[in-house]
Amino acid sequence: MSHADQAKGGADVVLDGVTFAWPKGRPMHFDLTVPAGEILAIMGPSGSGKSTLLSLLAGFETPTAGTIRIGGEDVSLLAPAARPVSMIFQENNLFAHLDVAANVGLGRSPSLRLTTEDRVHVDQALARVGLAGKERRLPRELSGGERQRVALARVLVRDRPVLLLDEAFASLGPALGDEMLDLVGGLHASKGMTVLMVTHDPRDARRIAPRTAFLEDGRIAATGPTEDLFAATRSAAFGRYLGEGSPR
Amino acid sequence: MRAPPTSSVTGGIAALGFVALLAVGAFAGLLVEGGRDLGNALASFDAYLLRVARFTLWQALLSTLISVGPALLVARAFSRHPAFFGRRALLMLFALPLALPALVAALGILALLGRAGFAADLFRWLGGGQWPGIYGLSGILIAHAFFNLPLTTRLFLHALDAIPADQWRLASQLGMGASARWWLIEWPALRATLPGIAGLVFMLCLASFTIVLTLGGGPAATTLEVAIYQALRFDFDPARALALTALQVGLTVFVLALLLRLGADLTGDATLSVSARRYDRPGRFESGFNAAAIVLAAALVAGPIVAIVAAGLQADLLRLMTETAVRDAMTTSLVLATLSAGLCVALTLSMARARHRLAAARRGSRSGFTERALDGGASLILVIPPIVIGAGWFILLRHAADVFALAPVMVVTVNAAMAIPFAMRAIRPAHDDAATRHDRLCAQLGIGGFDRWRLIDWPSLRRPLATGFAFAMALSLGDLGVIALFGSDAVQTLPYLLFQRMGSYRTADAAGLALILALLCLALMMIAERLGGRRP
Repeated sequence: MSHADQAKGGADVVLDGVTFAWPKGRPMHFDLTVPAGEILAIMGPSGSGKSTLLSLLAGFETPTAGTIRIGGEDVSLLAPAARPVSMIFQENNLFAHLDVAANVGLGRSPSLRLTTEDRVHVDQALARVGLAGKERRLPRELSGGERQRVALARVLVRDRPVLLLDEAFASLGPALGDEMLDLVGGLHASKGMTVLMVTHDPRDARRIAPRTAFLEDGRIAATGPTEDLFAATRSAAFGRYLGEGSPR
Repeated sequence: MRAPPTSSVTGGIAALGFVALLAVGAFAGLLVEGGRDLGNALASFDAYLLRVARFTLWQALLSTLISVGPALLVARAFSRHPAFFGRRALLMLFALPLALPALVAALGILALLGRAGFAADLFRWLGGGQWPGIYGLSGILIAHAFFNLPLTTRLFLHALDAIPADQWRLASQLGMGASARWWLIEWPALRATLPGIAGLVFMLCLASFTIVLTLGGGPAATTLEVAIYQALRFDFDPARALALTALQVGLTVFVLALLLRLGADLTGDATLSVSARRYDRPGRFESGFNAAAIVLAAALVAGPIVAIVAAGLQADLLRLMTETAVRDAMTTSLVLATLSAGLCVALTLSMARARHRLAAARRGSRSGFTERALDGGASLILVIPPIVIGAGWFILLRHAADVFALAPVMVVTVNAAMAIPFAMRAIRPAHDDAATRHDRLCAQLGIGGFDRWRLIDWPSLRRPLATGFAFAMALSLGDLGVIALFGSDAVQTLPYLLFQRMGSYRTADAAGLALILALLCLALMMIAERLGGRRP
């Protein structure tokens, strides 16, 4: 087992009365507890606050009230880099002028001063996501799926207990998206980090997330086992979102 | 982002403060002096001053008319003939005047049409006797047309190129003739851009200093800016300089406000034209007319350029290059221009960075005062002509220090501020684009401070920064505004030396220096263009 696969475990994520509002927007209010090591899917109509929730967790936005605890520690006021969190965006996860190895290496050292050991870890992480031999490529020489794999490799070398995916695979198409989700599932199986995954595709949720939170209008309208949400017991709001009369 | 990283905002405010200090200091100098001598300043609003103001407006108006009017025809001619041999070369020729310092162009026009110019030789050979020369209004107008007609042509052509190809297909299907096309398609497209383009030209001519100084040739053809220079440099009459400056700034602000009301966009930008394919051929008469328009415009642009080269090559370039004064001036010019360009790029980057941080931090709410000040600060300098800034500081500092010893500082700072709007156009889009892509990622990975500059910002902004640098350096290298006020035997730049040689009738030397200066500026502009890449 390589270093990149050493199980380290996740941390529980708690949003306790977290309040936030965009300028001229309605206030949002989040209360959510995610046990350590869980994969949680976050769904909801556009504008319901899915990405805002992740931005608050990652530290790109600061709540006006409430606390965010990760692994029992209050991180509400920590800078993004100081939080035990890695995040993958839909795009712009890589620096276009740096090669694949450097992009991953930045996860180990923000000044890119890498030890021999660091370099070994970078190579192992790239091999783990299936990019061995592409270390010297520039992002523009990779496919969209490969670029997200590089971002995943960086998540591996950063080794933070929480992973946030903000529609990370939405632009890849169904087959490739499934492939990436399975990769995330595999990484989760070996490392056990907590994963919060924003998605608009119910198939994604059912594929790897045992539990789903449903957001509406800036609050969490429902949380529960993913299968239950899709079954007959689903809430009226969730039904509206999926489109009534088209049970999946 | 979370709280805006304050260091970059502070940097931007410092940069803006520097530019503001430059402007405020100048006004303070003028006001202190004016307050001390209010009676004299008010008395300076005499008939002479009004005559100068009237001439300033009159020449700007005429220059605008003779540049914009013909440019409409020339642009239309280029647009009607989207593919002919030499079209690309001609359009590149039309971009050339922008790269030339005004002083060099003035010299080229003198070499061509002056009393001892090539035209005078031809005139005498044909038996026409003494050539009248072109000093005065006619010289000023020709020089302004030399700069602005090709610029305007390119801008108009840009507007015509933006007409959708479908409209041309439709026009040929409906069988529209040349005049129907003009009134129904071409003129509406041009009319939309007309106020902005005419306004830009009018502003440029209103603030024209070097051209009027070198080609005006006397008190009958003097603009406010030249009068300010004369009041300070020759008559040493600060009270009069104050009155002139107040009038100049007042006029500029008034015209600018008028233009903004008209909805003019004062940021002219032109790219190489790609006109849509046409589905019909212009008739023989129209083709001839178009050819004539293009040839005449090309002659206007090429004439002075050829004259610069021809006259420059007649000069003893080898002797000039070995002359101590020339070599000193060249060294001074290059050092000052390099410092000025470096300062300009640093100021521009600080302002762009702070503006972007503030815009990102407000997340779509209304922009705050600082952000809007940073936006406006960049173009502030367009309203306050460099000669006015120079004049203010000249008056302010003359009690405290030896103003001529301060020449290097003034040249570097004022030229840097002058080039900010242009550097901003090269740097800001690239910076904002890169920052949008990188800010979150850098925050997430903890890349900050010098690491961010070294690993992220410098590699992705290197080219636009170099473009801005080369552009600022070329502007500073060719500028005669500030150095005309502050220059002395101790501190001479290449344009100052050139101007002196012109003044002492060493025409051959002046022509040689002009050629050297032109080549330097041209090389820098080509570097800027090359680094800037093909803009879409």
